[in-house]
Parts: sequence; C-alpha cells; structure tokens
Amino acid sequence: MKRALSLALMLGWEDVKQAYRRSAVGPFWITASMAVQIGAMGVVFGIIFKTSLFDYLPYLATSIILWSLVSTTVIDGCKAFIESEAMIKQLDISPFVYVFRVMLRNLITLAHNIVLIPLVFLVMWHPIGWQILLLVPGLALVVLNLTWMIVILAVLCARYRDVPQIVAAAFTIVYFVTPVMWQPSLVPSDTAHFLLGLNPFYHLLQLLRLPFLSAVPTAENWYLSIAMAVVGWLTARAVLKRFGKQIAYWM
Amino acid sequence: MAHIKFESVGIEFPIFNATGRSLTSRLLEVATGGRLDRDPSGRVLVRSLDNLNFEISEGERVGLLGHNGAGKSTLLRALSRVYQPHHGKAHIDGKVTSLIDIALGLNPEATGRENIFLRGALLGIPKTQLQQMFQEIVDFSELGNFIEMPMRTYSAGMQLRLAFAVSTVVSPEILLMDEWLSVGDMGFVQKAEQRLAELVSKSKILVIASHSRSLIEKTCNRAIWLEHGRIKLDGPVKEVTEAYWGNSSEGTIDG
Repeated sequence: MKRALSLALMLGWEDVKQAYRRSAVGPFWITASMAVQIGAMGVVFGIIFKTSLFDYLPYLATSIILWSLVSTTVIDGCKAFIESEAMIKQLDISPFVYVFRVMLRNLITLAHNIVLIPLVFLVMWHPIGWQILLLVPGLALVVLNLTWMIVILAVLCARYRDVPQIVAAAFTIVYFVTPVMWQPSLVPSDTAHFLLGLNPFYHLLQLLRLPFLSAVPTAENWYLSIAMAVVGWLTARAVLKRFGKQIAYWM
Repeated sequence: MAHIKFESVGIEFPIFNATGRSLTSRLLEVATGGRLDRDPSGRVLVRSLDNLNFEISEGERVGLLGHNGAGKSTLLRALSRVYQPHHGKAHIDGKVTSLIDIALGLNPEATGRENIFLRGALLGIPKTQLQQMFQEIVDFSELGNFIEMPMRTYSAGMQLRLAFAVSTVVSPEILLMDEWLSVGDMGFVQKAEQRLAELVSKSKILVIASHSRSLIEKTCNRAIWLEHGRIKLDGPVKEVTEAYWGNSSEGTIDG
C-alpha cells in the first residue's frame, strides 16, 4: 500500500505538472482560471440573487472550489484505468495506484485553488471561525467517499466505454440540483428533504463547506457520509474482487 | 528462488464490438426483455492460450517461437502477472521485470532527470537506490547536460538511450523480453549489447520471444514453440529451432 501511494503521488504530480509545463506561471493557471470563474459568477449571481457581494462572494468561492474537487474527481475517476492502459498491460501493479493517482491529482489541484478562499475572505473582510478545524475530519471523509466512487466508476468505464459520457452528463444535472451557486435556504422546507436530503453530494459538500462558513455540519451530514463510505467501500471491494483481474483483458 | 510453473493454463479474450462496449445498448436489451435482436457477435471469445503445461527453473533461458498470433505476447503478459489465467494455475515465484516496452512511463515533456525517476519508480527501484545510480545512468546514456532538458528536445537515439540506460539498471530475477533490445546509435550498440548480456546473465530466468533464429540459438538453452496458443514443441534449443526452421541454419527469418 505504501508503494502504491508513493507511486500514485509521483504520477499524480506529473499529471498536474504536465498540463502546465510550457507556461510561465505553471500550475497556478489552475488558480487563476478559478479566480476568474468565481469573480465573474460572483458578480452575475450577486446581481440576480440581489445579495450583497460581501456575503455572497465568500459563500460562492468556498462552494465552487470545494465542489470542483468532488465533481472533477468523479468525472476524472472514470478514466482512471483507461488512461493508464499502457501500464496496466505491462506492469503488475495494484489497481489502487491508478485510483490514488486520480485522487491525489485532484487533491493537488484543490491545494492550488484553496489559496483563493482566504484571499476572498480577507478582501470581503469575512470572519473564519473555530469550525474550520472540522475541515480535517470532513475532508478525510469526503476523500474516503470519493475513492470508492473512483474504484467503481473506473472498473465500469473500463468495461463500458460510454459510461464516462453518461457520468459527465449526469453530473451537470447534479451540479444544478446541488446548492453550489445558490443557498440551500432557498429550497422550500417541504421539498428540502427530498431535494437536498437524498442528494449524497449535498452532504459531502456541506462537510467541506460549512467549516469555512463558521457553521457546523449537521449530524445528518456526518452520519450519511459515514454510512455511504462504509457501504461504498464494501461495494468497491466486492467489485474489485470480482472484476479486478479482468481489467487488463478489457484494455 | 525463481521458479515458474504453469498447470493447464488457458486464457481467452472477450472481444467486444461496438455494442458489447456500450452500456446503453446493454440496457436497451434488458428494457426490451432481451428481444432486441441480440447481437450474435456481441461477445466472442478468442482462445489465446490453451492448456499450457510447463515448468521453468533457475538458470533456464527460454526462447518463445511461433508465428504472429501464436500467443507469444499473451504468454509474456501472463508471465508478468498482468493476465491472470481463466483456466488452470500459473505459479510465478520471483520478481518479474518486463523489458517489453522500455519507454513505458517516459514523459516527453519531463526532463531527463525526472524521467529517470519516473521510469525507475515504475520498474520498482527504490528512490534512494535510484539516487545512487543516477550518475551512472546519465553517464551510460551519454546525455551529459541534456539530462536537465525536456525529453522532447532529444533526438530519437537519445530518447532510446535514456530509456535503455534506466531500464537496464534493474537486477531481475525473472526477465521478460519481446525481441532483443536494439539501440540504433552506432558506437552505443556495443556498450548496450554488453550491458544487456550482463543483465541476462544476472537474471535467474529469461524468457524472450523472438523471430530470430540466431538470437534464440545464441541466448537460450531451451525453446518453446507455440502454435495457435498451444505448445507444439518444448525442449533443448537446438532441437526446437531445427524443428521450427529446418535443419540448416539458412532460411533464418530475422526481425
């Protein structure tokens, strides 16, 4: 497992560096393009929702940056095995190397983006409370959940090559039903349970986002995310046990 | 103790056509109760290896013979534990090093230095060991200061030399090769030949697939002739090559 992690970290770093090799500011293009996106959306939706930018921009910056971790990891996870075809066909290394590679690559991207949050908070003079400490267990739980999703999607996508497109399409819908740009409080309370409660990605996002917004994730957020991690990993293990050996044949 | 034992090993490939690869068409099939013209060629199994039985012990240098499609590459992949057999059992004891594609994992955008560590990591060489061998690799590849340049700026020969230099620092127990590694650059050839010969003699077991009679006869002490995924003949190298190519050493198919 240790070797898998260090190999995955190396490959993951390489992936991040790869995209920005020939540019002067390097990987901080990730940060720059995220900043532009947040600025533009902040102004537009601030006007539409008629909220003050001082409240809305910190919320939006936190939401978009943390949501992008969840969504790009899942969409990226589909390619985990497909993109490593050459390696899979020649080397006998644990499939977790490819899974961790995707996870770590996205965490590295997050590390580039997350510097924007304190920046926005500073400019908007928005406080950060002690709740920020809850980010540690929250992030751990989210990563635990994202990795099992990568395992299952990567196997499925190796076998059925149209799944990545299906997942990408499905995720645009998830993006709209999850309160990323808009506040959860906008949902009428009678439909909140249905629209938010049943959306697993809402709970994951809350775990990541609320610590920044001086709030504590609810017990429901925690319990459901833990339950999801347990069930998800049991499923992922079963999937790998059943199909792990076949992946090489599907390449 | 390196040892290989195959017991009635069989490998078959599922061949997916466009419909077999698609989840949507699979779902449609279910939704229509399977009546939607079930594609007869949806799942074809190609038997690539069939009932292979053999044992390879330490010190053996095995040449794999056979026409294209006879199953040589599949067997090499089974030996590297990439393909787990569908039938029978494959016991492979020992660290396997595959030199089938020595450029695997090299990134043209990364510098030579970065690539040494990338390629080394994929070969399973610990980082500390790589750091110790770094200078030796650079010297051997004759890249000099180019080692700090992106690999895309290298000539084809330089890229090959780098790949060769890193890939051959391993000390393999079981060494797998698909044809002899040829490093085109004049002058480098001799050095490379020597290095490769050393590598082969250091390894405990060698399995090499080749179409070259002279190579097999020079390198191996045993040969396995594959035909349609089965073993046609397995024995001392002379015996098998003579059966495969005929008595005289003329008519050698090289390459």
